Amino acid sequence: MGAPVCLEYRIEGNDFMVAGAASNNIKNTLKMLGIASDICRRVAIITYESEINLVIHAGGGILQAIISEDHVDLVAKDEGPGIPDISKAMIEGYSTATEEAREMGFGAGMGLPNIKRNCDEFDIESTIGKGTTLKCVVYFPQN
Amino acid sequence: MTLQELASLLDAKNISTEDDLNSIVINNAYACDLMSDVLAFCTPGSLLLTGLTNVQIVRTAQMLDIPAIVFVRGKVPLDETVQLARENGIPILLTRYSMFESCGILFAKGMKPSIQMQEI
Repeated sequence: MGAPVCLEYRIEGNDFMVAGAASNNIKNTLKMLGIASDICRRVAIITYESEINLVIHAGGGILQAIISEDHVDLVAKDEGPGIPDISKAMIEGYSTATEEAREMGFGAGMGLPNIKRNCDEFDIESTIGKGTTLKCVVYFPQN
Repeated sequence: MTLQELASLLDAKNISTEDDLNSIVINNAYACDLMSDVLAFCTPGSLLLTGLTNVQIVRTAQMLDIPAIVFVRGKVPLDETVQLARENGIPILLTRYSMFESCGILFAKGMKPSIQMQEI
């Protein structure tokens, strides 16, 4: 593979009909590039959870995937309200999701812990009133 | 068991694909209305049984390579949900049985859980 493949999507806040389309495009691109299906699935879980978080909590944002030869960099960036206590948000079961999100089957407080479980590198920065940036890396095993 | 056998056991109707349900074999299932839990615990290749019918159920199935979805207790999904499933070749089965009955019927016929038992 030559130059990295860069994918970037604008995710709209509260749009549950379209949510997941960007993650599906990223997953399909990885599949087309011949990446192993378990890696594609791990990336899809990370991007989908991130996309849903942008829809539910942030009023939208940017989802980005940069696919290199041996890894993919994933970034979810928003200018939403920010996370007051990241350590609390990382506890399984802790959730501040809206009623609408819960009706859609989300808001169980599993999102960020599940993202962390599926990536090889995980970094989250958040400032109240300014927004949140989540960065993840998933490495492709070399055969 | 094949998806056709499974559909017969649940007296279920396939509403999203023309595919031969005999060509799809499923040995594990995950039953849940919480997509957050499905994303965290469901293993690839498992059948999803749920009472929720919105488009995000199909999106969740796409992400996890779930081969088919059963909507329980007579629920009829939104048109958008069926459309997305058709576009992605994911069979949707509708059964009048409740979640509990559906799981019981499949479990009795040898369907295995999707996840390992968790320590408590």
